[in-house]
Amino acid sequence: MKNLKLYIPVLAFLILAVFMWRGLYMDSRTLPSTLIDRELPEFALRTLTEGDQLVSNADLPDEPFILNIWGSYCLPCLQENPIFMSAREQGLVPIVGVNYKDRDNLARDWLDINGNPFTMNIVDDTGRYGIDLGVYGAPETFIVDADGVIRYKHIGTINYQAWQDEIMPVVRELQSAHAEQSATTTGQSS
Amino acid sequence: MIPELGNFSLILAFSLSILLGVFPMVGASRQNQLWMGLARPLTAGVFVFLSISLAILAYSFVTDDFSVQFVANHSNSMLPLRYKLTAVWGGHEGSFLFWTWMLGGWMLAVAIFSKSMPTEFVARVLSIMGLICVGYTLFMLATSNPFDRALPLSPADGADLNAALQDFAFIVHPPSLYMGYVGFSVVFAFAIAALISGRLDAAWARWCRPWANAAWAILTLGLSLGSWWAYYELGWGGWWAWDPVENPPLITWLLGAAMIHSLAATEKRGVFKSWTVLLAIMAFASSLLGTFITRSGLLTSVHAFASDPTRGVYILGFLGLIIGGSLLLYAIRAPILKSEFGFGGWSREVFLLANNLILVVASAAILLGTLYPMVYQAVTGGDLISVGPPYFNTIFLPLMGILVLLLGIGPVARWKKTSKAYLFKQLSKVAIAAVVVGVALPVILTLGVPVTTIIVTALACWVLFSLLRDIKSKIANKPDVWSGLKSLPVSYWGMQLAHFGFVMIMTGGCLTSIYSVEKSVLLSPGESAELGRYTFVFEGTEDVQGPNFIADEASIQVLRDGEYLRHLYPQKQLYTASNTPATHMGIDGRFFRDLFVTLGDARNQGAWSMTLYIKPFVRWVWIGSIFVAFGGILAVTDKRYRRFKVRQVQRAAPVSNTSSQPVVEG
Repeated sequence: MKNLKLYIPVLAFLILAVFMWRGLYMDSRTLPSTLIDRELPEFALRTLTEGDQLVSNADLPDEPFILNIWGSYCLPCLQENPIFMSAREQGLVPIVGVNYKDRDNLARDWLDINGNPFTMNIVDDTGRYGIDLGVYGAPETFIVDADGVIRYKHIGTINYQAWQDEIMPVVRELQSAHAEQSATTTGQSS
Repeated sequence: MIPELGNFSLILAFSLSILLGVFPMVGASRQNQLWMGLARPLTAGVFVFLSISLAILAYSFVTDDFSVQFVANHSNSMLPLRYKLTAVWGGHEGSFLFWTWMLGGWMLAVAIFSKSMPTEFVARVLSIMGLICVGYTLFMLATSNPFDRALPLSPADGADLNAALQDFAFIVHPPSLYMGYVGFSVVFAFAIAALISGRLDAAWARWCRPWANAAWAILTLGLSLGSWWAYYELGWGGWWAWDPVENPPLITWLLGAAMIHSLAATEKRGVFKSWTVLLAIMAFASSLLGTFITRSGLLTSVHAFASDPTRGVYILGFLGLIIGGSLLLYAIRAPILKSEFGFGGWSREVFLLANNLILVVASAAILLGTLYPMVYQAVTGGDLISVGPPYFNTIFLPLMGILVLLLGIGPVARWKKTSKAYLFKQLSKVAIAAVVVGVALPVILTLGVPVTTIIVTALACWVLFSLLRDIKSKIANKPDVWSGLKSLPVSYWGMQLAHFGFVMIMTGGCLTSIYSVEKSVLLSPGESAELGRYTFVFEGTEDVQGPNFIADEASIQVLRDGEYLRHLYPQKQLYTASNTPATHMGIDGRFFRDLFVTLGDARNQGAWSMTLYIKPFVRWVWIGSIFVAFGGILAVTDKRYRRFKVRQVQRAAPVSNTSSQPVVEG
């Protein structure tokens, strides 16, 4: 141990390694998606509840909704769940889940235990649809308007602040735009 | 059945790497010739089985075997053949196999071109590389096997290769980047072998240098191809984005640059030995770190492959074992690596040290900026923050400025001791000329006093003039210029070419960021927009059908000062299998400027939104990189390494003279 300074590199590396190990379990930063302002990619997938019956884009809500990529293995998704649950209870906005690279039974158990905020749960066990969506990993959240066009993307966990400051303003704007549009179309038809 | 053979072959490669990692290493410490002799045949075996695996994966792509999960995710029956082949490295699993195969290739190259080195040393080097190979193959077998099947329900057709990857640059960028990246494992193995054996002398440095130069030169090419690709295909319009995944190769490149300079001092003067070893370890560590960052999902970025934490944990464990282990070994063994000679205050050693210091600080700053968001979050538990280009530019550019300033002096300085008077005599006129031209040129051309441009131009002239001055003084006592130029060693030309290229990259990069202009416009057919001296006339769009995509192609007439220049045809593509949109830029590339048009969205009545760019000097970045890479390769081919080898071989086997034609280009 004569030359203590020679141990500096290995110590620096160890500190870095600890940070990286912790970093593995943290959420990622928000990145603009290339899919913003484009239609939600086509899909034909199973849902968690309907057995082998396939659903497609046509089965999505006719109003602005949130598309949330989640998995039972995903710890940050657990943090998002109460926010989504209260949104559902208050009827703020429909939330569609994409169960990403998960197993059906584990996903159902997770929903039983933690509560199910989703109006429908698309199963993407292979991660194939996730590739179309450009998903880096769960959780990720898209806001889709009434025409099925992606308007916003949030990578990583949504906490209360993000929900209040980022997600809801976009949702409200889309909802009022949708209300106006449907008002004019009904006006014209009547 | 065939993919299972590929899997089996991968398992065989894994098993052979374990043998390679154990027997030659133990044999070298016990002086067991037989065990040491196993190194070369085992290396050949590893390479052969990795090749079989890779070939079988390629075969699965070509034959559209969508029962293989990886093929189903990254190919499509409509995909052109060249992209089917290159889709092998279009996703995580396949690219890792390709990466490992490259490692096998470097190992084989070491086994072949190491005739002049002692058996014991070669055994250790190959054994260490074998251990790295164990880690890679095990990683594939355990967490990301490219031969995994999608059975019993395999898709009828594949999901198609990511549209952004269907491009010529994708055929050449990953192979060159990986090859350079993985090449640093050779130097790493050399360094560890030196630490274990305690032998680190001029001969060691001389064996090491061609490998270090080759790996670094190839990495240069890989990086610049990536930058070129990002520029013209991804439509970012920039050539460098300080993206979290772009940064690690740059860190490796900077550390590699520091290492090849430090190696030069180690070879010529026997100094900086333990520093060289540390740099070799750090360069390799940064390449592993790059792997970790890309594959673990630690940092999200445009490059990130679909990721999950198990892979991250595995790579981190591997990283800890290899890097932690080698740094510990370094801490224990480095005291035996003593410098043989001292050096004076203005010697070339001092300038090389300064170069090393700057390059290491620059790479540390980039590493910090890349990992800071993660560390910040870990410490404060707060939201992720982003460190953008402003941070990197603020730190990186001044450092590079000082580096370029010293670059003008270092090659002129002499080893061991240089008198200040000598440097002054050599460089005073050069400095004056550089300042005069540096001020005059921008002022005359722009009719203003653009301070940044003046600094950039003056620095560029400084290096250029100093370089010419050095060549002139080196050939001063030769009878004529031509024979003088020919008498200079190849490695000297390599160095000067690489230095010139580096300054060209810096100059081009700075000038393009100062003088680029862009404009977003909405044009109906027949309308035109002006930007600078250029007029862009939009003539309308037509439908184009590609092999696996459909596209709207705009026809844009470009006029310069009212005179017809050419047409540009940017496209908006839609890849039908995956339903992903992509853009294809219209680019007019010239030596002094690029015109660049990206097509946005269609609006009413055939109107389109589009963005027009003029990017002066942007091409210099890539031309400069080609010079740098070529300079590095040129240095590898220097007679010095070859002559040395021939002498060694002749001593060992004087009879077979003709068979000893060592090629060092590897």
